[in-house]
Amino acid sequence: MGLITFFLLVLFAITSFYLGYFRSNRVRVIEKQRPFSLDKYYGYYLAIWSVVPAVIILFAILIFDGFIVKNYVLSEFYSQGIDQSEISLLFTQIENTRNGIKLFNSEDEIIVNAVNKLNYIEGIFDITSIITVFSVSSLFLLYGYRKINLNFDARLIVEKFILIGFFLCSLIAILVTVGIIFSLLYETVRFFSQVPILDFLFGTNWSPQRAFVRDAADAADIENAFGAVPLFSGTFLIAFIAMCVSIPVGLLTAIYMSEYAKSSVRNTAKPIIEILAGIPTVVYGFFAVITIAPFIRSLGGSIGLDVSSESALAAGLVMGIMIIPFVSSLSDDVISSVPQSLREGSYAMGATKSETIKKVIIPAALPGIIGSFLLAVSRAIGETMIVVMAAGLVANLTANPLEASTTITTQIVVILIGDQEFDSPKTMSAFALGLTLFVMTLILNFIALRVVKKYTEKYE
Amino acid sequence: MENKVKVCVENLNVHYGEKQALFDVCMDINQNEITALIGPSGCGKSTFLRCLNRMNDVIDICKVEGSIKIDGQNIYDKDIQVEKLRERVGMVFQKPNPFPKSIFENVAYGPRIHGLAKDKTELEEIVHTSLKKAAIFDEVKDRLDETGTSLSGGQQQRLCIARAISVNPDVILMDEPCSALDPIATAKIEALMEDLKKEYTIIIVTHSMQQAARVSKKTGFFHLGNLIEVNDTETIFSTPANDKTLDYVTGRFG
Amino acid sequence: MNSNSLKISNENLKRRLNAERRFKFYGVIAISLALIFVLILFTNIISKGYSAFYRTLIEIKIEFNDKVQPEMFKQMSDTEINKLDLYSFSKKNIYSNFPDIEKKSDKKKIIKLFSIEFEEEIKTYINKNKNNLGNKINLYISASDDIDQIHKGNYSRDIPEERRRVSNFQLSIYDELVGQNKVKFEFNLPFFSRGDSREAELAGLGGSLIGSFFTMIIVLLLSFPFGLFGAIYLEEFSKRNRFTDFIEININNLAAVPSIVFGLLGLGILLNTFELPRSTALVGGITLSLMTLPTIIIATRASLRSVPPSIREGALAVGASKVQTVMHHVVPLALPGSITGTIIGIARALGETAPLLLIGMVAFIVDVPSSPLDPSTSLPVQAYLWNDSAERAYEEKTSAAIIILLSFLILFNLIAVFIRRKFETKW
Repeated sequence: MGLITFFLLVLFAITSFYLGYFRSNRVRVIEKQRPFSLDKYYGYYLAIWSVVPAVIILFAILIFDGFIVKNYVLSEFYSQGIDQSEISLLFTQIENTRNGIKLFNSEDEIIVNAVNKLNYIEGIFDITSIITVFSVSSLFLLYGYRKINLNFDARLIVEKFILIGFFLCSLIAILVTVGIIFSLLYETVRFFSQVPILDFLFGTNWSPQRAFVRDAADAADIENAFGAVPLFSGTFLIAFIAMCVSIPVGLLTAIYMSEYAKSSVRNTAKPIIEILAGIPTVVYGFFAVITIAPFIRSLGGSIGLDVSSESALAAGLVMGIMIIPFVSSLSDDVISSVPQSLREGSYAMGATKSETIKKVIIPAALPGIIGSFLLAVSRAIGETMIVVMAAGLVANLTANPLEASTTITTQIVVILIGDQEFDSPKTMSAFALGLTLFVMTLILNFIALRVVKKYTEKYE
Repeated sequence: MENKVKVCVENLNVHYGEKQALFDVCMDINQNEITALIGPSGCGKSTFLRCLNRMNDVIDICKVEGSIKIDGQNIYDKDIQVEKLRERVGMVFQKPNPFPKSIFENVAYGPRIHGLAKDKTELEEIVHTSLKKAAIFDEVKDRLDETGTSLSGGQQQRLCIARAISVNPDVILMDEPCSALDPIATAKIEALMEDLKKEYTIIIVTHSMQQAARVSKKTGFFHLGNLIEVNDTETIFSTPANDKTLDYVTGRFG
Repeated sequence: MNSNSLKISNENLKRRLNAERRFKFYGVIAISLALIFVLILFTNIISKGYSAFYRTLIEIKIEFNDKVQPEMFKQMSDTEINKLDLYSFSKKNIYSNFPDIEKKSDKKKIIKLFSIEFEEEIKTYINKNKNNLGNKINLYISASDDIDQIHKGNYSRDIPEERRRVSNFQLSIYDELVGQNKVKFEFNLPFFSRGDSREAELAGLGGSLIGSFFTMIIVLLLSFPFGLFGAIYLEEFSKRNRFTDFIEININNLAAVPSIVFGLLGLGILLNTFELPRSTALVGGITLSLMTLPTIIIATRASLRSVPPSIREGALAVGASKVQTVMHHVVPLALPGSITGTIIGIARALGETAPLLLIGMVAFIVDVPSSPLDPSTSLPVQAYLWNDSAERAYEEKTSAAIIILLSFLILFNLIAVFIRRKFETKW
């Protein structure tokens, strides 16, 4: 039915277009004067009138019809006092029976009755909605048609409509942010109604699987199960290792590229390093598991160190490699925007290139460079796949990079992968972690973007 | 005999944000004449020109007060449609700016969006006449499909003129149309203007006083946002009423 | 001039020049390190994964008997043949290839040399050749994943037997088969067409390739038009005020939000609030397009901004309306930049894994999806799943999945570079 309606609407739109087009043409012939807009605009004008209101109504029907149908079919069950979860189960059963999936009680009389009721109401709904949609469409079409005359400027209205459409598109970015904040906050608030926020932020024991126990006697367990400090420490430990790799390598690469390298070197080496930025994180994760972790393990073993097979060090090193191009390209931009006059001034004093870089360029570019570091840190904190695959899944409060440790992102994945039950504090805790992550990265990005912007404005 | 007044500007004040660019400019521009606007850089003559087809609307911070009447109609009235206005008041810019499309498409664009041609032959007719009027048809008639940017600077500018007259405007504004051109191309365009004034009212902003003297019937002299003096070109260049004008036309400043 | 001072400055200069050389050397080291990382990563994955693109087959002979006659297949349709129970027939025939082996436990070990779907493979062969079957036929059927790995040399035979998945007895049989020239390699076509499987030799990328395809189509359909139109509005029509500044900050921040947060958004809003079907390419596509949107908007705005104002003025001056100016002149010129940005955004979405884990696109799915509403995985998720499997053969499969993924990304980026080179206008 959806497809038919769609094709009918398209057909309607095309017809209305030509209706408007020829109407305008007629006006031109009769009045011997050209109308205010081109013929095609009258066509668009009518097409908009005939389709847009109809589509809006169609969407409204789509959104509400499931709800109404369900209520109608289940109305008699509500009165019998069956509780909410059973009713929704019942409805799934009814739908399955209708779709031909046989279940143990599909022969029951109530179910059969309900299936009939469902078929009946859905049939009515389909017909009425098609009729409503197309009568509304025709009405608006008629209204638009009657407005067309010599002095009516269809172009203005069509353009206004296009602009409104564009404007709505530009609002999606805001909607996404609102959606993120809403979905995170909603679950987080519910989570904090069960687990005190201070326990979450400062507790040192993270074992959400224990929160399955629902006995009153184990209430204390729930409270002690959600201490996120080990996750924070793991996250920062791994991010720290990553920055130890990416900052020196990335910054030196950027300096060499912008100050020393010949253009031929620059033109080949730069894209190759940029490849690192385009490699999916799952590939890095695999690389960490299959190559780096065994390597570190055997290296540690040869000097008598016991390295866990999933170590913060392996994950951090690989993450560092991933972030190199990020640091290098951002710093490169910053360094290149330092004005030439500064360099010349320094050379004129007899300074060497490295002195100029160390004493003039880097201090001048410092705010921008720090901004790029902050962005890199935020990238490291939010990275998921490498740590999920290589860093370990069990919370472990340690500063030893050779041991396994877990991160915020890892725990979100561990909790939400596979089947979840919705109202458990375990599931909700993942959203609380998500909100924490969101806020942390938001602050870092915000500061970094401001610093970089201020810096580049200075030299413009 | 004096021609009929086509454009009548009264008490025009223009502000860019805090800065005022034009002060109480009043000026009448006659039909089928070339009027030149001269003055040192930044004196407001381009701003004035851009007011005449409301190109300043593009700039957010620009505020225009006063009235500009074309054939008695104030173009800053609320219900005026800028698109219609610009159909009647065409413009040629300082730097030739052909669209990166074919020569034909460049000229056909205006007639297309305004629906001036019923069919393809009519459209071709318009394009050809416009190109002929702009005295470039013979040079490009064999390569109407090439892009407009492939032409030389002078040809590009004449293409832009063809584009401007393709919608058959009443007034053509020219903002230093020859400043990016060599003398030969300049001469061609000046000859062209001489031709065009039979059909159109032309207002030209120019840096070159010789050019103003050569082509225009009347000349207005702008200084620091004020219209100092407007009169017959001969008078302006021989016996101007104002000392500033005299200093400028004799090359003592600017 | 004092010769002494000259000398001091000379030593000083030497020191400084050494420092200069050192500093330059650090830069060279840094760049080399970065390049070496790229090299190691690629060689590592390619060397581990290329062998998944071919597979091992073992030749066996089949003898038909009174119960299973070659003639009886002629009248049967394909589906009828597929419904036949030829399991014990096939098994006995495989045993009869090894007449020396009589112990029951050894026979079981023999069967384990072959793919678990040997019956299906024999049926497929019969189906293909049903009109010209002799009483005795020779055909190749797939080896089990362990034999496959041994034949490819990925699996060391030096491991002590008790820790090895292939027993000494099986190895001796295998060596015998190799000696008889009955083991061969073939291009692994099923790897690209089959869905996932718990049996390594049967597991293929087909399901995840189609899943990724559907997901990317949805990303393209949603993010490109919305991104383009939104960017056009912000760049060409919006007046600068607090609200548009807010939108702008918003977009820049969204571009830097960790991808997993988009997964939480998909889970919280799309699955739990709108009750869209879990594990499907539809939900995956919507989630990833929200993530791609800011990239496209930023790229499109940059390329709109680079269209010189003279183009706009030219169109406005002949009386085009603002909308006409933008749609007829500015947008066509900015489109290559916008498309390049879109391709790069989609390449990134193609490699994205974390958000898909949260919306259930990690289920173990055997069937190849036939629409965006079927449960499916995607290419990177498949790599993640296989990486989690203990069996040795999956390591090769993971690498192969990654090779395919990387090839697609390289292809996308080359297309983007091509478009940029071809259509870029310098103003």
